[in-house]
Amino acid sequence: MHVDSMDSYCARASWLHRLDARIKLILTLAFVLTVSLTPTGSWPTYVFLYSLLLAATVASELSLGLVLRRGLVALLFVMAALPLLVTTAGRAVLPISVGRWSLAVTASGLERFLSIAVKSWLSVQAAVLLTATTRMPDLLVAMRALKLPRLLIATVSLMWRYLFVLADETMRMLRARTSRSAALDGRGGGSLFWRASVTGAMAGTLFLRGYERSERIYNAMLARGYDGSVRAATQRPLTRGERDIVVVGLVVLASVLTLGRFVG
Amino acid sequence: MSNWEGLSHAIKGTLTKGVAVRGGLYRPAPVPMHIPDGFLSTPVALVLWLVAVVGIAYALYRVRREMDERKVPLMGVMAAAIFAGQMLNFSVTGGTSGHLLGAALAVIVLGPWAAVLVLACVVGTQALLFQDGGLLALGANTTNMALIGVIVAYAAYHTVRKLAGVKPWGLPVSGFVAGWLSIVIAALGCALELALSGTSPANVAVPAMGSIHILIGVGEGLITAAALALLYASRSDLLTGQAPATGGRGVWVAGLLIAVVLAVLSPLASTHPDGLEWVAEQKGFLDAARSAPIRVIPDYVFPGIPNEAVATILAGILGVAVVFAAAWLVGASGRRRSSERHL
Repeated sequence: MHVDSMDSYCARASWLHRLDARIKLILTLAFVLTVSLTPTGSWPTYVFLYSLLLAATVASELSLGLVLRRGLVALLFVMAALPLLVTTAGRAVLPISVGRWSLAVTASGLERFLSIAVKSWLSVQAAVLLTATTRMPDLLVAMRALKLPRLLIATVSLMWRYLFVLADETMRMLRARTSRSAALDGRGGGSLFWRASVTGAMAGTLFLRGYERSERIYNAMLARGYDGSVRAATQRPLTRGERDIVVVGLVVLASVLTLGRFVG
Repeated sequence: MSNWEGLSHAIKGTLTKGVAVRGGLYRPAPVPMHIPDGFLSTPVALVLWLVAVVGIAYALYRVRREMDERKVPLMGVMAAAIFAGQMLNFSVTGGTSGHLLGAALAVIVLGPWAAVLVLACVVGTQALLFQDGGLLALGANTTNMALIGVIVAYAAYHTVRKLAGVKPWGLPVSGFVAGWLSIVIAALGCALELALSGTSPANVAVPAMGSIHILIGVGEGLITAAALALLYASRSDLLTGQAPATGGRGVWVAGLLIAVVLAVLSPLASTHPDGLEWVAEQKGFLDAARSAPIRVIPDYVFPGIPNEAVATILAGILGVAVVFAAAWLVGASGRRRSSERHL
């Protein structure tokens, strides 16, 4: 698996792709915070925030379908909030009876559930836009510029490099297991205990290979002059125009939030 | 694969992660513990961000102080190994499969502080790139999996290892307990956060998350135990380096603190009757109950104090103290007996 399989859309040259990663990171985080702070049920605010997302999607020249589809990931988890429909107090809208219990979907429960769904969906789409338009190395450099600790960034960048190598090894191990198991439909034969210990042996092997690979990598780093200190390339400061973009974005989000709290 | 398996496989592939088919990286959500955005109220999310930042900062400090220059390649590759390891699965019954979170294995091989950083990197990357867990909720997810999961696994592993002594079953059993407990406690933390945010009432979230993860944790425990057995057979030097230097004092101090905090929070407990009382009320035999001959602290309310909440807290703290003293005495007498045997 190639390291670019995650970054498959990052090589394009739309306006959003060319924007500095620091700006995109700050604005995405601010957007997610704004979505979270917007009160329940302020539908005009949600619509306006989605229009901002739509504008960003257009600027990125990605297909709307792609962003929407990846955003659907959020909807799976929204199922966990289903109990809210019936447990929030309020005017009953839809009575349902489950066995001996009679519950009722309340209006305020419906509002809360839908608000959570919309908020989740908006936040996920913002994250999707960020990762589809920014290469991982640029994102890490942007995080460094935002003062995240160097050790953490170095660990993540090494993890990113070797993730695909180790993922390939894991896929090979899984394929090998399947081809040696004469698997019955879905079960894989043997007892639960046996299956678990086989999988555990695979996990242990993966860890061992990772550990010994890290020793080889360390020797390679030493041979290339590693002295224990993690250095990062210096970054040019943001230009005036780029700083203005950040300020405008933050102001827009702040005003949407204020209007949402006092009007919506 | 049967038709049903194939279908659910395909559904999971398209719905869970958008990058499912491309490049072949299929990663179904192994433990449904990653909280997405929109589920936690902003104050809860921000407080947990603070907890996560403080925890990671302290872990960074300890790692910088204690590990040598090999730490960057070691932690980076082990993070990749855990990420890849989360793709390992084994079928539990027809349709479900067990998965690996990896907190317990990371703790046992790397030690607690490096494991915190490694898990934090994994959880952060999952949130950012796979949208597995929200960005604002990243603090909460990091706290649950990288802090709570790691600390619980560390405490459980070393406690059980010490209890087992040199017996051969010590290693796999401690691995199982560490793996299982890390999943269960992290899931309970997740349920508590959802309850505090008002997203899911506690009496729904805690039993639901708790029961699901008690079962999921069994898979994690079994995989951890088996992996430890393999590591012991091939490179047991990896397993010996991380025992706590002092007598694990931190473990029982932390446990005592948690017990006292829970005692203080006890007035928040539900006033509904427990299972037996509820059935007794329904079936009409509640009146058959006789009260005990000796009443010291009836109904967990300390007698003689007008404020009921304070009385409950006091009763809880007294109970904690008595149980702690009893456990201490048992442990101390056991130590004396075993040291006498050596003479």
